[in-house]
Amino acid sequence: MKVSLFVTCLTDLFAPDVGMAVVKTLEHFGCSVDFPTGQTCCGQPAFNNGYPAEARALAVKMIDVFHDADYIITPSGSCCAMIRDHYIELFHDDPDQRKLAEDFVARCYEYVEFLTKILKVDLSTLSLPENETFTYHFTCHLRGLGATGEPAIRLLKQLGGAQFTALEKAEQCCGFGGTFAIKYSDISGAMVRDKVQCGSKTGAQTMIVNDGGCAMNIGGACHRMGASFRVQHIAQIIAAAVEHTARAS
Amino acid sequence: MNSVKESSPPKRGLSLPVFHPDFMAEAHVASADAVLHAALDNSVTKKDYGRRSSLAELPDADGLRQLAGDIKRHTLDHLDYYLELLERNVIKHGGAVYFAATREEANSLIVDIAHRTGSKLVVKSKSMVSEETELNDALIAAGIEPLETDLGEFILQVDNDHPTHIVMPVIHKNAAEIGRIFARYFKTPFTDNPQELAEMARVYLRNRFNQADMGISGVNFAVAETGSLVLCTNEGNGRMCTTRPRIHVALMGMEKVIPALDDLPVFLKLLARSASGQALTQYTNIITGCRRPGEHDGPEELHLVIMDNGRSKILAGEYRDTLRCIRCGACLNACPIYRKVGGRTYGSVYPGPIGALLTPLFNGLENHKHLPHASSLCGACFEACPVKINIPEFLIKLKRDQVQQGITTRSERTVFKLWAWGLRHVWSYRLGQVVQRVLLRSMGSKDGWIKKLPGPAAGWTAQRDFPIPAKHDFRYVYKQYRAGEKHGK
Repeated sequence: MKVSLFVTCLTDLFAPDVGMAVVKTLEHFGCSVDFPTGQTCCGQPAFNNGYPAEARALAVKMIDVFHDADYIITPSGSCCAMIRDHYIELFHDDPDQRKLAEDFVARCYEYVEFLTKILKVDLSTLSLPENETFTYHFTCHLRGLGATGEPAIRLLKQLGGAQFTALEKAEQCCGFGGTFAIKYSDISGAMVRDKVQCGSKTGAQTMIVNDGGCAMNIGGACHRMGASFRVQHIAQIIAAAVEHTARAS
Repeated sequence: MNSVKESSPPKRGLSLPVFHPDFMAEAHVASADAVLHAALDNSVTKKDYGRRSSLAELPDADGLRQLAGDIKRHTLDHLDYYLELLERNVIKHGGAVYFAATREEANSLIVDIAHRTGSKLVVKSKSMVSEETELNDALIAAGIEPLETDLGEFILQVDNDHPTHIVMPVIHKNAAEIGRIFARYFKTPFTDNPQELAEMARVYLRNRFNQADMGISGVNFAVAETGSLVLCTNEGNGRMCTTRPRIHVALMGMEKVIPALDDLPVFLKLLARSASGQALTQYTNIITGCRRPGEHDGPEELHLVIMDNGRSKILAGEYRDTLRCIRCGACLNACPIYRKVGGRTYGSVYPGPIGALLTPLFNGLENHKHLPHASSLCGACFEACPVKINIPEFLIKLKRDQVQQGITTRSERTVFKLWAWGLRHVWSYRLGQVVQRVLLRSMGSKDGWIKKLPGPAAGWTAQRDFPIPAKHDFRYVYKQYRAGEKHGK
């Protein structure tokens, strides 16, 4: 299966290892992965702040860059939700471009969604290098994909050596919200501290998130507060298990 | 970064009362208030879980929400027809119907009814729309005594305070605070025992129900087909207000009408579940007309005041769906921001996500610049809404309107336009990434984190650390990976 990676601007700059984990795990599951270098940003920050025309210009570019991709996979729940929830509506007055948008949207998947819905992977043959306890924060924008946290937790539990503990208020936003975290930092700070406190209460070593924004926010608060857990994208955990299992066999 | 211009003091003549003009100052105080956060977690967060589990008991909760939203949409699309039908059927059962264009008009209609019927004491059941009109102030100014009989509203009236939640008005006060208020008011020894406090109010209110000339209620649903007014309450005071006094006045926003009695179960199933996780409220009154000849109880007169107060303006535009709201408060309970700032911060009658939407729509965006922005757009409100109002999407539309109306700052507009232009080309995108990498890496500590960002980004590091970019971006790492692969082969 041929898939194209939409890595997102945040992951490109701050978390190339997450992008590489997506590439390597998808290859492990039998996909051939390419990375169209013309990609930049999905336009979410512009759209969410009330600049639909600017977002539209970026959407045109995205659709063009990925025009011959079979599947477009992204590690970011919120970028995928931006595409799925708003790209078609952005071209309400342009039937031709709207048609292209519809076609593009139908080929876009968030990473976990793609693993569970399309590839239907089973991770029970993989095991982690060391036993590890996990908890899972639900990235809010997965709501826009009609998704719940259940598939990601199911995948985690399949890994040999993984222990799962539920996070209190798992579905409560961590307070990222793009510019919200800066403009309304008092409120955002109270939200992310709540998240870190809930995470610490689980006693887990690792909190899993499905979005670069949540990871930056929760990770930054963990560091400021001296919390004992680390924040990882689920692809990083699966990649570690893939690598360990390959080495062990 | 304060991207919207500073708030000016509230103006007179707005559709909704404004309790304070400074969102940022209130948010600053409330978001540091651990006592408030614990209280809200104990109430609203629990109610949110109650909502989910009670909805999960239904065979198809999502389908029911869709149906409720569709019924509301249909009704709003034909609102003139259903309001006339409602009017005819209320009159047919002996009631009188009035239309009020503004909240001032609604208040003066009710004051007139009170004067005409010689009413001196008015007992009220909980009604958000009467908060909207500031009815109590209007009654007092006319020499009429209003008495709130919902326990929470009674506490607020005694303490001269405002509700901070649509359904749980006194959520911001704990038992000790209520104990002090009652000790002062009733001149009795202090107690913070909730049962004792409730009993004090109950004994007092029972007596006063008997003295009241007029009862004022809101309306949860007005059934056009039958002219019935539906009132959902948990304390029974609503039933007392609408049966004991000689006169019953019901005040409703014009969006509260539903077509037929057959539609009512759809909403009853959703309202209590969404509000509090109950299958039904303790009391569901369906009031059709007033006392008929030969009947022993019920009011002698029924007056229905249907109020516009800015609703038709909303109805006419692209925000029509916001008028579906049944005031259940589910979006407040689900909202991570409401849980951190409480209701007072929103500055008007309707707090939380629906308030962030309705308040600027009613009063004008220029008077509530922060409300559309103070949201992480997490979508919990849309997921909770029993009539499927897509609140995050409407908030984004309000922000777009702000940009178009020039309410945002010029510098913000320039930043966004430049940023979006830069992302249209890979070379400028990459240049931007390089500049960010070099700048941010130069600010970082040895541990890989930035403790203090400059300028507008300082808000981030006021609350948490900021990561430094990786040494090489993904593009570079990926290229190396592919090159290594080729080499390996």
